[in-house]
Amino acid sequence: MSTVRDHAATAPLDVTAPGVRHQAVAFLAMVAFFVIAPFFVYPLFLMKALCFGLFACAFNLLIGYAGLLSFGHAMFLGSAGYVSAHAAKEWGVRPEAAILAGTLAAAFLGLIVGAVAIRRLGIYFAMTTLALAQMIYFFCLQAPFTHGEDGIQAVPRAVMLGVLDLGHQGVMYGVVLAIFLAGFLLVYRTIHSPFGQVLKSIRENEPRAVSLGYATDHYKLIAFVLSAGLAGLAGATKALVFQLASLTDVHWSMSGEVVLMTLLGGLGTVFGPVVGAFIVIALENYLAQLGAWVTVVQGVIFVVCVLTFRRGVVGELARVLRRPL
Amino acid sequence: MRRTWVVAVLIAVASSLPASAQDCPNCRVKIGVLNDQSSLYADLAGLGSVVAARMAVEDFKAAEKGLKVEILAADHQNKPDVGSQIARQWYDVDNVDLIVDVPNSGVALAVNQITRDKKKAFIVSSAATSDLTGKACSPNTVHWTYDTWALANSTGNAIVKTGGDSWFFITADYAFGHALERDTEAVVLKSGGKVLGKVRHPLNTQDFSSFLLQAQASKARIVGLANAGGDTINAIKQGAEFGIVKGGQNFAGLLVFITDVHALGLDKAQGLIFTETFYWDLNDNTRAFAKRFAERDRGIHPTMIHAGVYAGVTHYLKAVQALKGAQDGTRVIARMKEMPTDDPLFGKGVIRADGRKVHPAYLFEVKKPAESRYPWDYYKVRATIPAEQAFRPLSEGGCELVKK
Repeated sequence: MSTVRDHAATAPLDVTAPGVRHQAVAFLAMVAFFVIAPFFVYPLFLMKALCFGLFACAFNLLIGYAGLLSFGHAMFLGSAGYVSAHAAKEWGVRPEAAILAGTLAAAFLGLIVGAVAIRRLGIYFAMTTLALAQMIYFFCLQAPFTHGEDGIQAVPRAVMLGVLDLGHQGVMYGVVLAIFLAGFLLVYRTIHSPFGQVLKSIRENEPRAVSLGYATDHYKLIAFVLSAGLAGLAGATKALVFQLASLTDVHWSMSGEVVLMTLLGGLGTVFGPVVGAFIVIALENYLAQLGAWVTVVQGVIFVVCVLTFRRGVVGELARVLRRPL
Repeated sequence: MRRTWVVAVLIAVASSLPASAQDCPNCRVKIGVLNDQSSLYADLAGLGSVVAARMAVEDFKAAEKGLKVEILAADHQNKPDVGSQIARQWYDVDNVDLIVDVPNSGVALAVNQITRDKKKAFIVSSAATSDLTGKACSPNTVHWTYDTWALANSTGNAIVKTGGDSWFFITADYAFGHALERDTEAVVLKSGGKVLGKVRHPLNTQDFSSFLLQAQASKARIVGLANAGGDTINAIKQGAEFGIVKGGQNFAGLLVFITDVHALGLDKAQGLIFTETFYWDLNDNTRAFAKRFAERDRGIHPTMIHAGVYAGVTHYLKAVQALKGAQDGTRVIARMKEMPTDDPLFGKGVIRADGRKVHPAYLFEVKKPAESRYPWDYYKVRATIPAEQAFRPLSEGGCELVKK
């Protein structure tokens, strides 16, 4: 745990004006990449990576900027997936309403969990979130509407906003990309706002932030709910992409995976989580033949990352370029 | 000089001919074996199913008949999301024509839907849920080896008739367990038995103690295990430690494979009664197949699932050859239903309109250690259920493909 905190402290976080231009260039490069990529790469894989990219960004908002290590973020991803899948399949609502329902459900869950968890710090915070996430997991395992191990299958990809037919792969990709970019920009805006500055001050030294007159618990709770909601947005979208909501997304190993993604890409960097998510999902996809060995490979990568490049891929790149990314 | 040129051109043309014949898109068939290769169903399906599929292609002499068959394999880790993702990628990117096997009914139902959407072909050997030919039936799916209705009908009836009239179910908590429990309960109630209780356990459970204690407390005569593979093995082993059988209760393994009996040992498994549709020691054909199979799969003798993969792929290739192409999965499956089946393992049979392959089922009893005379000599046949009675009647499944 302490390594994570040290790491956050060493990450480049300067948000002064010169950095913004580089980030704009990097952002445009990323958008260009995602627009061109589906012509060369399997779109479903890209959509999965985008959903997890957004999930990792949401997680990064909490750990990279508020210094809160949640070890239960899978509960937001998974439960939002279940809510949106159930809404789309059983109630027959339109996709945008299903995604919204999932996101709101996750944010609401975040409000409850956050209110309990932020009373503690460090490892106790992480363990509280893990414990609550396990409760959600067993709820999802037993509740009849989640269909246990089978998950909610054959979720319809209906017509979104009356014009966008999600049954078409290209349209679905466009929608997922738009959702991802919206979420990404929201995170970007948040961390570059005065609110974000306060979060960073809490991360660096909470007693001092309190002494300056900030009600730190309110800030932490708002950050937690925001992060939970964005994780839910990712989960709700993913359920429509794969037409499936399953236990994998609420399992504790998913909470670990998002930590891996964020660390690998670069904790406390804007683009790091997206890069990390891509690397992890690509590994999972292309090493799928190895079956259970994927976990071992991920573990090795995690160890190598912690031992050799602790700032993560983007963090190290930013250090070489001396620019915040 | 000129003559050399002519010879060279002739050689070039001649050598390019078979190559171009091979390149014809109609002769390519890609088969994906999707199953559990690392967890609780790895022994009863796993790599053995890949071996069985390869043997089917070789025995069909596909290359001589102008078919270029390629076999892929993947591990779905018993997760519907992993399984459906592999299935999608196989159909979209790798141009796979047929997916076979797919243990875990939850994953199979997901692949069933995707196969239907993509108009490809799906032959189920491992997955048990009778919904695959009932409310989830599809014109792109054939359910080959067995199903929960067949297991329940034959085992449930036999046990109730011999005095096992009060039941307690220990059920795997997913589509397969639910279907098996539902179908068995119906049979038990219909033949005058009663169900005293049931408990659901997560897939791949290591510790059955609380479930076994509940079963013991229920005082039911029969503890019905509506689970499979590693779960069944664990439950029976731990049941022995809790003294279930010594206390006068009996296990009914509703789905037991020969690999499970092998893992348990005859000492623990003796006397178990269950239903399968294939046993390697049934006749000369099955023995010959088992011998060849065991040589290629670490001495393991084939389960009914491996036999089903072999027979299913064989029949599929026959249909592809008749149609001269595998692209249209719906047509291939329709053709498979039109042609009567005939293979060395299941004999002659038919595939019904709802996708159900029909053949006899057998009620087996596991031998006592003293009765077993050679390796893998585990079963004796207690009854043979003829094909017409072994499976759910066509009209009762509620399949939309069946004309009323």
